[in-house]
Amino acid sequence: MRIFHYWRALSGIVSREVWRFLYQRERFIAALVRPLVWLFVFAAGFRSTLGIAITPPYETYILYEVYITPGLLGMIQLFNGMQSSLSMVYDREMGSMRILMVAPLPRGFLLMAKLVAGTFVSILQAYAFLGIAWLYGIQPPLDGLLWVFPALVLSGMMLGALGLLLSSFIKQLENFAGVMNFVIFPMFFMSTALYPLWKIKESSEWLYWVAQYNPFSQAVELIRFALYGQLNQYALVYTGAAFVIFMLLAILGYNPSKGMMMRKGRG
Amino acid sequence: MGRCVKTMKKPALEIEQLSFAYGKKKALDHVNLTIQPAECCILLGPNGAGKSTLFALITRLYDCREGRIALCGFDIKRESLKALATLGVVFQQTTLDPDLTVLQNLRYHAALHGMSRKQADQRIQQELERFEMYHRRKEKVRQLNGGHKRRVEIARALLHKPQLLLLDEPTVGLDMSSRQSIVAHVHALVKDDKIAVLWATHLVDEIYPDDKLVILHQGKIKANGVVSDVLQKTGTETIREAFSHLTEGMAS
Repeated sequence: MRIFHYWRALSGIVSREVWRFLYQRERFIAALVRPLVWLFVFAAGFRSTLGIAITPPYETYILYEVYITPGLLGMIQLFNGMQSSLSMVYDREMGSMRILMVAPLPRGFLLMAKLVAGTFVSILQAYAFLGIAWLYGIQPPLDGLLWVFPALVLSGMMLGALGLLLSSFIKQLENFAGVMNFVIFPMFFMSTALYPLWKIKESSEWLYWVAQYNPFSQAVELIRFALYGQLNQYALVYTGAAFVIFMLLAILGYNPSKGMMMRKGRG
Repeated sequence: MGRCVKTMKKPALEIEQLSFAYGKKKALDHVNLTIQPAECCILLGPNGAGKSTLFALITRLYDCREGRIALCGFDIKRESLKALATLGVVFQQTTLDPDLTVLQNLRYHAALHGMSRKQADQRIQQELERFEMYHRRKEKVRQLNGGHKRRVEIARALLHKPQLLLLDEPTVGLDMSSRQSIVAHVHALVKDDKIAVLWATHLVDEIYPDDKLVILHQGKIKANGVVSDVLQKTGTETIREAFSHLTEGMAS
């Protein structure tokens, strides 16, 4: 049965990604330490300088740590998405992407499965982070922890698709530094992850404009509202649309006749 | 999974008038090649002859624009999924996950081909036993030497019982005894399982006398036939001589 084939392939791809992640313990620790440093050091330092007024979804005054937690969840997924795109470039050079591509399944499905696998891993990281944050005193409502799951699925898919897109167009991501400088840092800093939009508007009009249309902002807002049991419809639609666009372009990039593989894979 | 029974009589690989260029540089020029079931075809060519391009086209990494490729009668473009299901590939670079165990690597491949866990484990046992690697299935791939990694990769390529096995210089970087054992294993596969093999190499000592020999040079096929025929046509005594006659002679 065809449907079983798809299901088995999907679960095979996901479990491979999870095993890889669990075996590479340094990666797991690094993935957790990064947002924790931001939470424990950066946010704690800024607590006194940044006052956050009551804005939805928050109903009381909040500490800065509480404000940046959703942004840090987004950061985990952003890093993860870029890292898996990097591993895809590396994979392709190592040939294991080719192994995936010769599987008798449509390419769009294979790329989507790869994306689901990456997102799954990023959600494991996100919940590990939320667990530690909980012990530190950042305790969103319990049902929020449940609602944040679908939000993380969509934001993870969107950021993963962006990574996939980059991996199909960029010939060689020689090191992570390039991606950090040109993708991760701009996306992260020019977003609502660290400061709310109205606060950005006070200081810089263009930054406000960029942050507003940055898909990462919308992913973070989606997560932020979900964490408090609320749905931000605008963020949902925006993130969903960004996912569809990135994914279609990525599939195009991996298409054997139209894509960029041709220009790259010589020799 | 499984063999395409209705197409058993069709050639495992049919390539007709295949041309391919990177910009203006021609990599393949009107290549014709047919491989029948139970035929071991050795593709011999110097570096840059077009072997990798040919493999990239057969595995559909690139699309062929001029010419046609069919696997077991399935057109690689129009019926790509059916065609790919009949194909097993061993790429030049190792494509196993070093952090995962042999078993995990093979199960992953079996899942991509839609096998159930039970089917997969059964096939994995059969293939690993054939290559005397079953007792090492729980080891991480990182711990295996080059020759053993290759054996696992060949076993992996065979899990879904392909009709055609593609091997892209699988013995590069291996020591003499590992090389010999892999060459012998693959030839035994052709004989016992009636599988068709396309083996790219630049090492003449990997060729058996009754293999089909195809010499590719500058994107063109210079010789195509059983080893003895090629020797006869070129008036040479060894494959090495025939090879240099066809590649160096033409170039000058």
